[in-house]
Amino acid sequence: MQRFSALSLLRHAFSGHSKWGEQWRSPERPAKDYDVVIIGGGGHGLATAYYLAKEHGIRRVAVLEKGWIGGGNTGRNTTIIRSNYLMPESAALYEHALQLWAGLSQELNYNVMFSPRGVMMLAHTVHDVQVFKRHVCANRLAGVDNDWLTPQQAKAFCPPLAIDRIMRYPVLGAALQRKGGTARHDAVAWGYARAASALGVDIVQNCEVAGIRRDASGAVVSVDTTRGPVSTRRIGVVAAGNTSVVMAMAGVRLPLESYPLQALVSEPVKPVMPCVVMSNTIHAYISQSDKGELVIGAGTDAYVSYSQTGGLHIITHTLDAICELFPQFRRLRLLRNWGGTVDVTPDRSPIIGTTPVPGLFVNCGWGTGGFKATPGSGHVFAHTIAKGEPHPIAAPFSLDRFRTGRLVDEAAAAAVAH
Amino acid sequence: MLLIPCPFCGPRPEIEFTYGGEANIARPRDPQVVDDDAWAEFLHTRTNPKGMHAERWRHLHGCGRFFKVCRDTVTDRFVAAASSALDTGA
Repeated sequence: MQRFSALSLLRHAFSGHSKWGEQWRSPERPAKDYDVVIIGGGGHGLATAYYLAKEHGIRRVAVLEKGWIGGGNTGRNTTIIRSNYLMPESAALYEHALQLWAGLSQELNYNVMFSPRGVMMLAHTVHDVQVFKRHVCANRLAGVDNDWLTPQQAKAFCPPLAIDRIMRYPVLGAALQRKGGTARHDAVAWGYARAASALGVDIVQNCEVAGIRRDASGAVVSVDTTRGPVSTRRIGVVAAGNTSVVMAMAGVRLPLESYPLQALVSEPVKPVMPCVVMSNTIHAYISQSDKGELVIGAGTDAYVSYSQTGGLHIITHTLDAICELFPQFRRLRLLRNWGGTVDVTPDRSPIIGTTPVPGLFVNCGWGTGGFKATPGSGHVFAHTIAKGEPHPIAAPFSLDRFRTGRLVDEAAAAAVAH
Repeated sequence: MLLIPCPFCGPRPEIEFTYGGEANIARPRDPQVVDDDAWAEFLHTRTNPKGMHAERWRHLHGCGRFFKVCRDTVTDRFVAAASSALDTGA
């Protein structure tokens, strides 16, 4: 791996930056045999492969991706990073990720453009205010950064925000996590791919899994792919919206439903949004990318779908609210609108861990907010695969919780998927 | 926005409906006698197919009735809103 440094940048500048090699190896087809096969080459899958190789010394690892890496939800989300979740189990998981985010560019020697510019969650109703204040108190007790702001303080932190009281969605206050922010989603996938590849991980793109084979005892033995069969005793499924489909190949049914989730970007403008502003109540999420585009996220559609498109009325609702909260954005034109497929669990918390099938592990159910967890998710899932038992932080997120009833109910905590 | 074929009112825009999720999931007749696995299966586990999906909708802002319909979850196209598929709650 060519390391990036001031010296290497300078050296390559003399050749007009035309001599940079490939950042990761792209084998045409997988080898015959691996210690671990990761199905899904998004941020979470690539991070899992990286930590397997780096922290657990398991380097005979393949990441199989049916399209191109980072082309699914990793490349489609609005890149919001925060950890101020209500439940202690969730706060521990997302805080673990947030701490890894802080050093990720250094660790990967790849600029993931992590920008802790602050994430402000707006409260629009009395109920929101009560819930958010409870969130703030719970977070502070758990050592997670979160502050309650009055409407005036919110406007001081984010000047374009309108705080008039005669609005459809008046701002009654806000919870601010200053350590939250955004990162460059593509760079996260590429950075993990590059670092994992350097440690020996094979990343095979355009390689779709067609079947999972099991032996007489039920344990996994191999994976059939469009680029040939692969023998392995351990499989990690990290397939986001397509997890139900992949797991059905091994005969496992999951408490998951896949929904469309949409996002859009505006034309680029000069810096105007100093932070991330989100509102769960009106399903509006907005920040400004370094290119100047306003990046806007909407809510999910109501129905199960793998179409990667959503209804226009969903984004209209989001844009109505955004235009009221930020009146000066009304005349902006929008450049692109797209959809992804998100896998949602009944309690809106992820599933990380073992399955009833020996050798088969799953990391799914991140719903509408998985990007923020990418480093932490990969880190605890790699531990889970390497040791055959859950990482302590991942333990509460077992598949078994739906049988025992020990849910991590972020659906009730936030009243929406997030 | 989907155009949903209500078997009673004909095709209507999605905003008139609420989604009822996967169809044909019967509540165990006697919850006291089923084990935890069967109860979890009823409460939480879903087929979530990529392809044909039997699902329930309720025409909330129309006739108010539940019905079953099949939709391809890749194309979002409905196939045959069977008016015979009157929903019995199962």
